[in-house]
Amino acid sequence: MAKAKNNNKVRLSVQAVWAAVTNSYVIGFIQGKIYKGSLKNLCVPGLNCYSCPGALGSCPIGALQSVLGSRGFKFAFYIVGFLMLVGAICGRFICGFLCPFGLIQDLLHKIPFPKKIKMFKGDKLLRILKYIILLVFVIILPMFFVDISGNGTPYFCKLICPAGTLEGGIPLVIMDKMLQSIIGFLYTWKLVILGIIIFLSIIIYRPFCKYICPLGAIYSIFNPISFYRYKVDKNACINCGKCSENCKMGIKPNINPNALECIRCGDCKKICPTGAITSGFKNKPSCKNKDVKHEKDKCGKL
Amino acid sequence: MNCSNNLFSKILNNNIGRYLIPAAVCIIAIVFIIFGFIRGEAGIVLKKAVNICLECIGIG
Repeated sequence: MAKAKNNNKVRLSVQAVWAAVTNSYVIGFIQGKIYKGSLKNLCVPGLNCYSCPGALGSCPIGALQSVLGSRGFKFAFYIVGFLMLVGAICGRFICGFLCPFGLIQDLLHKIPFPKKIKMFKGDKLLRILKYIILLVFVIILPMFFVDISGNGTPYFCKLICPAGTLEGGIPLVIMDKMLQSIIGFLYTWKLVILGIIIFLSIIIYRPFCKYICPLGAIYSIFNPISFYRYKVDKNACINCGKCSENCKMGIKPNINPNALECIRCGDCKKICPTGAITSGFKNKPSCKNKDVKHEKDKCGKL
Repeated sequence: MNCSNNLFSKILNNNIGRYLIPAAVCIIAIVFIIFGFIRGEAGIVLKKAVNICLECIGIG
């Protein structure tokens, strides 16, 4: 248990450092402006609104909608290629370690609440929602519902994304009087969505990642095939179920260590009493369980 | 269905599938990135990202 807590501290530190680095345009926060440099040609791997005053890179989901919705292009090779590259290297490791909105949800979930919900009826069905959102709001609507000039609207950003409201909408509106004068129903709508996500994040672990995030939906497809993978040594696993009990994403790592929902947080590895779960770009057999003869033999050979 | 799942799992986890599949995806991804960059998609991204996205912040 102590190891799992230590693992969480390391992960939180990585998340915080990454969020700080990718949102380090301090002048933006002071002046209420956004960074306009050429670094914004590049995307960050996590969900990070490019209208956040501190953002140095582009949000891949916003960028994907922009290209798909632009008059000249009906396929976003640049962004799809980027997402494929990141996905093929590390899958949803990004969700666990390099997503600022994931960090926010992790911190919110630390707030005490009388009853935290791990699983509920309909949870599995609701997880399909993020794939529907990806298909409808990120791909189909921006591509096909275009204005008179042939340009589409980033519907996910406009109607759903709470990260944009939190990272961009709130700080910019607070600092810009002109923006304050033009806010209307849409802003209220997005504040309500943000409020719901914040409240749910306190009682459910990462509700946005589980049920809504189209970026997580994309990376999840790569989880079973990425270079970075989890592996369970069936000879060392004693099927105690501790990994499943401890998994906040509600998966069963001992049965499917590379499940679509796994965000690679590493809690299962740390809680495993026999060290049967390993991860990496090259899965080596565990040497932790000295009682298992098979494991001893393997370890001896290494 | 179960049989095909097992086959898929075997392909993914054998030594060839373990590295060949992600490597192939990476190569295709790099080709996509270069092609997209050459045809000017990065410019579209930059243009969108350097202006405040009114949709993103809940205004436009």
